[in-house]
Amino acid sequence: MGLSGIEIFKKLPKTNCGKCGVPTCLAFAMKLAAGQAELDACPDIPDDVKEEIGEASAPPVRSIVIGTGDRAVKLGGETVLFRHEKRFENPPAFTLLLSDNMDEAEITSRLKKFNDIVYERVGVVLRPELVAIKAESGDASKFGALVEKVCNETDAGLVLMNEDADALSQVAKSCSNRKPLLYAANKDNFESMGNLAKELSCPLAVKGSNLEELSEVSEKLIAMGLKDLVLDSGARSAKKALEDQIIIRRAALLKKFKPFGFPTIVFPCEMADNLIKETMIACQMTAKYGGVIVMSEIEGHSVFPLLLASMNIFTDPQRPMAVEQKIYEIGATNETSPVLITGNFSLTYFIVSGEVDSSRIPSYLLIKDTEGLSVLTAWAAGKFAADTVATFVKKSGIEEKVKHRKLVIPGYLATISGELEEELPDWEILIGPREASHLPAYLKQWSM
Amino acid sequence: MTFEVPKVSYTGKIREIPLGREGNTVIVGGESCYPFHLFEGEMPNPPKIAMEVYDSEPEDWPDTALEPFADVIKEPAAWARKCVDTYGAEMIALQLASTDPNDKDISADEAAKITKEVSDAVDVPMIVWGCSNVEKDTDVLKAVCEACEGRNLIIGPVVEGNYRAIGATAIGYKHTVVASTPIDINLAKQLNILLGNLNVPDEKIIIDPSTGALGYGLEYCYSVMERIRMAALIQEDERLQFPIISNLAREVWKTKEVKVPESEAPLLGDIKKRGILIEALTAQCVLLAGADILVMRHPEAISLVKESIKDLMTEK
Repeated sequence: MGLSGIEIFKKLPKTNCGKCGVPTCLAFAMKLAAGQAELDACPDIPDDVKEEIGEASAPPVRSIVIGTGDRAVKLGGETVLFRHEKRFENPPAFTLLLSDNMDEAEITSRLKKFNDIVYERVGVVLRPELVAIKAESGDASKFGALVEKVCNETDAGLVLMNEDADALSQVAKSCSNRKPLLYAANKDNFESMGNLAKELSCPLAVKGSNLEELSEVSEKLIAMGLKDLVLDSGARSAKKALEDQIIIRRAALLKKFKPFGFPTIVFPCEMADNLIKETMIACQMTAKYGGVIVMSEIEGHSVFPLLLASMNIFTDPQRPMAVEQKIYEIGATNETSPVLITGNFSLTYFIVSGEVDSSRIPSYLLIKDTEGLSVLTAWAAGKFAADTVATFVKKSGIEEKVKHRKLVIPGYLATISGELEEELPDWEILIGPREASHLPAYLKQWSM
Repeated sequence: MTFEVPKVSYTGKIREIPLGREGNTVIVGGESCYPFHLFEGEMPNPPKIAMEVYDSEPEDWPDTALEPFADVIKEPAAWARKCVDTYGAEMIALQLASTDPNDKDISADEAAKITKEVSDAVDVPMIVWGCSNVEKDTDVLKAVCEACEGRNLIIGPVVEGNYRAIGATAIGYKHTVVASTPIDINLAKQLNILLGNLNVPDEKIIIDPSTGALGYGLEYCYSVMERIRMAALIQEDERLQFPIISNLAREVWKTKEVKVPESEAPLLGDIKKRGILIEALTAQCVLLAGADILVMRHPEAISLVKESIKDLMTEK
């Protein structure tokens, strides 16, 4: 953000050497401005210029990483207030809260559930990401033991919650290689917390009792040289939290207000007395700018809907989600099961497969790669033309799976049926319903 | 660096639309800010929830959704009364699903008769939703308008293909129309212009920009609602300054994820709580995008959303 492509170009070496993978410096500058390239790709920029451009072209909400390896979670990096303006970058991290006051068995069972829950949808892995460990017992050794247990039982990223900097320091040192988020620096302890986070190079949460105080502490930490901060405005009601999240994001984007240019941490777990209500608040935070979202419990029925919401809100509006081109078997199919074909726009796939599933008629669903376009758009763009459909059907292997040769095409594509019959002379082409919701009725009267 | 709250200055306002018959009206709309942005504007009328009633016994509902209505599922009027008396429904949404030619295909007269019965049974404002077949809806909704003259029903979906016939009848019998378009801000605006040209009064129009369930295209509806609100409030696009309705329950309760038992998908957790939360979270998202009327099904999902609206409107 900030610098235009031309402004960046003026600072580049202008050698057009191509080492960055782009033929010219101007093209590279344009890519940088659009956020499609990394500055490090250019080997010839002097460090001071690199810093200058990096500073100016960094997103107004800084990207922060918590955790390491496969389980590193990236937050922030946001550039817009509304997803339709471009896209939201990094979905929130749903976080399980554990306290050193809980009994051992409870902790073990909650942690196991946290570890077990992983979903895959349209090729995307969805899971709760972080574990927050809170010191409540006042006993440093208990806190230390719990952190050790969690470290042993999960690779997930951690949030270490203890506002006593000395007590936190011992424990944080033992697991700083995991890049935990340290929670939290406040107006009283920010110096020692700030020094600890610097020493361990861990991200640091900043907590204020309101936005004013938050901005003051954040500014002081920035002045101390801290770069990776996560903000807690102290709001613990739905209304106030919504307001604070909106103001923080706006201040960062519209006013370039540095103290608020970071992702946030929010606590639905402290805002409701049951998990169901907590989930409603967490959903609000998912839509409106929550980063680390701390939950008292992780249950399938609560976190699955939240992950769906998060996936929806963080889908890139400019790039349709697509599913893999292949044969999908729905139900206990056999050699007489109906065969249907449609495009690979994820919504098309979900709706069609859902209707086929609810018809209780086991069927083969052929999903053809249409580059994520819906059927009619795909047809108009030549991605669902008879010849390419025929090639896919022949290569898909469906001819080995069924003994009949009847193919159901979407009702909206009735026009290609003649051509398709020519391309697939062994097959009879049947025109299915226009709307997926009519599929169950259609399949029930389908006979081989 | 001193901190100052960056506020948006709104130049437009959503129209306030009175729904229902005289003496029992509910007002929706009137916002002068983005949804729940109460630190910089007003929402004089909190969003309302209409409880679904079906014109005949539903066949494809999971038990978790059927259970609260098991005793009234065959009688629409009793069903509507239960929604109001037991669950405190602020509005009723009668879904005329059986009129669908691909379903039971009941006649326009029969649908109008059922609608009249339900309307007689309750005092709260009532939405009447057709089967989304353009020709059939024209016949059915015209008959409904006539049978319930003066009740100020909310009639939909009115689409480009039938807005003239239904719109004119709705004007004649004094009902409100739901202008329905497929997830496109320009089409939404266009249909509102057409309805205006037909002389449908501005206080008789509600926008339906289409709704998808959580995990099933919700993001498209979410963004089109946000864009409609932005155009209405910031760009003073007066043909978009209408309240928004989201007919979400039927989308939610037909998805696979509310129907799979825990025994088949242990990681998805309790089937009942999951279904309730998928409905409530779909509602939560469209509320934050700008919906004024939510059509919902499960009483527990409804009470969650009501509580959420209250929490977002009032400081604790």
